[in-house]
Amino acid sequence: MLFGKTIAALSLTTALVMPMIGAIPAAYAETPPNMLVVAHRIDDLISLDPQEMFEFSGTDYANSVYQTLVDYDDLDFSKGFGPSIASSWEISEDGKTYTFKIAEGLKFASGNPVTAKDVEFSLRRAILLKKTPSFILTQFGFTEENLDETLVAKDDSTFVLVSDKKYAPSFVLNCMTSAIASIVDSKLVMENEVDGDLGNAWLKTNSAGSGAFKLTSWKPNESLTIEANPNFSEGVPAMKRVIIRHIPESASQRLLLEKGDVDIARNLTPEDVAGLSGNEDVKIATDMRGRIMYISMNQSDEILSNPKVVEAVKYLIDYEGMANSFLKGQYVVHQAFLPLSYLGELKDKPFKLDIEKAKALLAEAGYADGFDVEFIVRTEQDRLDIAQALQNNFAQVGINASIVQGTGKETLGKYRARDFQIYVGAWGPDYPDPQTNADTFTHNPDNSIEAKLTGKLAWRNAWAAEGFTERTEAAVQESDTAKRAEMYVQLQEDFQKEAPFAIMFQKTEQNGLGASVEGFSMGAAITGSYYGKVTK
Amino acid sequence: MTSVDITPEARRRKAASPFVRRIKRLGVVLFSILATLFGLLFVTFLIARVMPIDPVLAVVGERASNEIYEAAYKQLGLDKPLVVQFFYYVWDVITGDFGMSTLTARPVLQDIARVFPATLELATLATIIGVVLGIPAGVIAAVNEGRWQDQILRFIGLFGYSMPIFWIGLIGLLIFYGKLGWVGGPGRLDIYYVDIVPSVTGMILIDSLIVRDWTIFWNAVSHIILPASILGYYSLAYISRMTRSFMLEQLGQEYITTARVKGLSETKVIWRHALGNVMIPLITVIVLSYATLLEGSVLTEVIFAWPGLGNYITNALLSADMNAVLGGTVIVGLVFVGLNLLSDILYKFVDPRAR
Repeated sequence: MLFGKTIAALSLTTALVMPMIGAIPAAYAETPPNMLVVAHRIDDLISLDPQEMFEFSGTDYANSVYQTLVDYDDLDFSKGFGPSIASSWEISEDGKTYTFKIAEGLKFASGNPVTAKDVEFSLRRAILLKKTPSFILTQFGFTEENLDETLVAKDDSTFVLVSDKKYAPSFVLNCMTSAIASIVDSKLVMENEVDGDLGNAWLKTNSAGSGAFKLTSWKPNESLTIEANPNFSEGVPAMKRVIIRHIPESASQRLLLEKGDVDIARNLTPEDVAGLSGNEDVKIATDMRGRIMYISMNQSDEILSNPKVVEAVKYLIDYEGMANSFLKGQYVVHQAFLPLSYLGELKDKPFKLDIEKAKALLAEAGYADGFDVEFIVRTEQDRLDIAQALQNNFAQVGINASIVQGTGKETLGKYRARDFQIYVGAWGPDYPDPQTNADTFTHNPDNSIEAKLTGKLAWRNAWAAEGFTERTEAAVQESDTAKRAEMYVQLQEDFQKEAPFAIMFQKTEQNGLGASVEGFSMGAAITGSYYGKVTK
Repeated sequence: MTSVDITPEARRRKAASPFVRRIKRLGVVLFSILATLFGLLFVTFLIARVMPIDPVLAVVGERASNEIYEAAYKQLGLDKPLVVQFFYYVWDVITGDFGMSTLTARPVLQDIARVFPATLELATLATIIGVVLGIPAGVIAAVNEGRWQDQILRFIGLFGYSMPIFWIGLIGLLIFYGKLGWVGGPGRLDIYYVDIVPSVTGMILIDSLIVRDWTIFWNAVSHIILPASILGYYSLAYISRMTRSFMLEQLGQEYITTARVKGLSETKVIWRHALGNVMIPLITVIVLSYATLLEGSVLTEVIFAWPGLGNYITNALLSADMNAVLGGTVIVGLVFVGLNLLSDILYKFVDPRAR
């Protein structure tokens, strides 16, 4: 029969051809000297519009493609912010008016000049689009109605920003370094406006910046390619093209790095990092990140609102044990709500695992025999491991903890609705200023259900933050930076004692780099990574 | 003259011309396709809405204020009754608008046009490998039932069936890419070749052949061969076991004995007569196996950084990107319906009684 013969012929062919596949010239080699290839998990990227994006990969992209009024030195963050698009600035005596002078000769990748009008357009656009990160700017009192008075280009080289009240200058300027304050090419963007969307639909998949690179292509969940901007004011980057490949799996990233098919592997597990040790062609770069891991207790729960129970829980966590075992290389013990390296950082670690002390505190609270409680945990390995470790320790004092797993969106929905008892969570700062975390952990002006302050962790945990809310508001207005830092230190010390949050860890990140790669900035705890100064 | 009783049914049949009958049959097929797709959409839509995942959070993110959340809630039409939402959606689909994906900020159709060819290319090659190796393996195992050939093939089949694909994928990469350097690494092409060949079908093997760019063709082969072989191994395991089982049943039939008694060669008896009679159930097995691969193999796609349909739908589902989930579901539904039609056609091709 014809079919049988066909099958036989095909089988023979396949059997002969398959071993020959090995002879196919696999065309890999070292990446070219002026091209950087990065393996990175970039499936969080959902928009390339800087006035909309709010994802980790988005911050990396904005750092490379856009400039802001002021910015950090990506290779030395300790210097603080300095000039970028603004060459200088003055602050009025009442602390409300900031006048920026725009640097001369700046050009967008399109060739259009960068003027104060572009700054006005970009910052106003952030307010008008009303996307999620807009709160970073609206917290200074900018509204749709008052833009003509608050964000104004006086002429092509002068831009004036007027806030609703006096804020710490470090707070205002730190916020101006975030992705939402990126300056876009107003002419190019408005050429692509559709139905009054201020070019949002177009800019989601295109670029209009003056940064080190411009967008070449973005294929979601596949790759992002940027190429050097010939008009970049700080000099054309050595890497003419940066290709970020979406490689979700750590082991695959490691193999590509070892074979020289990528120059940087961004998402290596500690096991793969350990596996790379001894390989002379690869080096490991480690940096702190801003992400904080914590557990929190819902204060609308009768048992968990007891301060003695809250304190007992903080002694039931084996901070060092977890950091030195399954979290090794990913997190370090940290017990304050501001990440290390932030203004007002607190290094004190007053809590450690102490079962006896926890038992005594529970007995004082009237729960000597323990109680039943439920954790809600996002289905991520590190959080599940933490929840299981906590479950074991809780069992030692009679607390019967059950773990309810869910996807990120699922657990988040419950958390925002106050529908939980204990939440195993993580929080990353939104902008490089202490206010970003203070505002969510210690500020809750209205604890009622109706207030729905769902963006604030204090509200989600039904914690009224009495005494903390006012101090948070005072700290954000303090213009003396040293005094302001001290205010945050004290706020964190009291938070450690009283708040229904047990801060446990701060994230560290380990990236694998080809031995010749230099000048790569991972962004420390305060921002995303930057490829503009890479050489190899 | 004797009168013949003609039933009304027979009269209607006689009256209907072959053309009308074909049109009717086509109408029935089309109706069943539409009903299947509508039912599929309805069930997926319902499941999506009762899932404890908040689609608004997928759009606005964790930090959104209540005001922004409410605005997005309305923008997504979630404030309308469920039935209204569903019919709005169906109407949009009918008019060719599958909506925008919140994950990729692009039209869902454009996304699917990008990810489906990647899956199609991989699944087709995997199925070819599974069929051309699996059927002979199954026949050999059946003919040598209980002997060493059968035992070895059974071991190979069970190994393919029981090993996690994630593990086989990683080990395969480590050996053939990492150590031996025989194949390309994760991804569809080496990064230097991406976007060089114009996309006509979206399948790089075919697109590179169209422009006769052999460098890119062989590079694409070096990248696809490992994931396709691994997926093909799973198909092979399934197809060979089923072929063996079907063949054993046929080899015990009297017509086989008759054929042997008549002096036909053993090759003809096995490959023509016995195998010929297992083709119909075997086509069903092959088509089902192909359809499963066309849904996308998420784990293989993750390990090999293969931007396919499985990964797309899974990501969309986990992020409550409902337009993408529903669009992907329609495609999977169409694939199943299409393959069912294909198997019907193949039945008629291999078995005249089915014509």
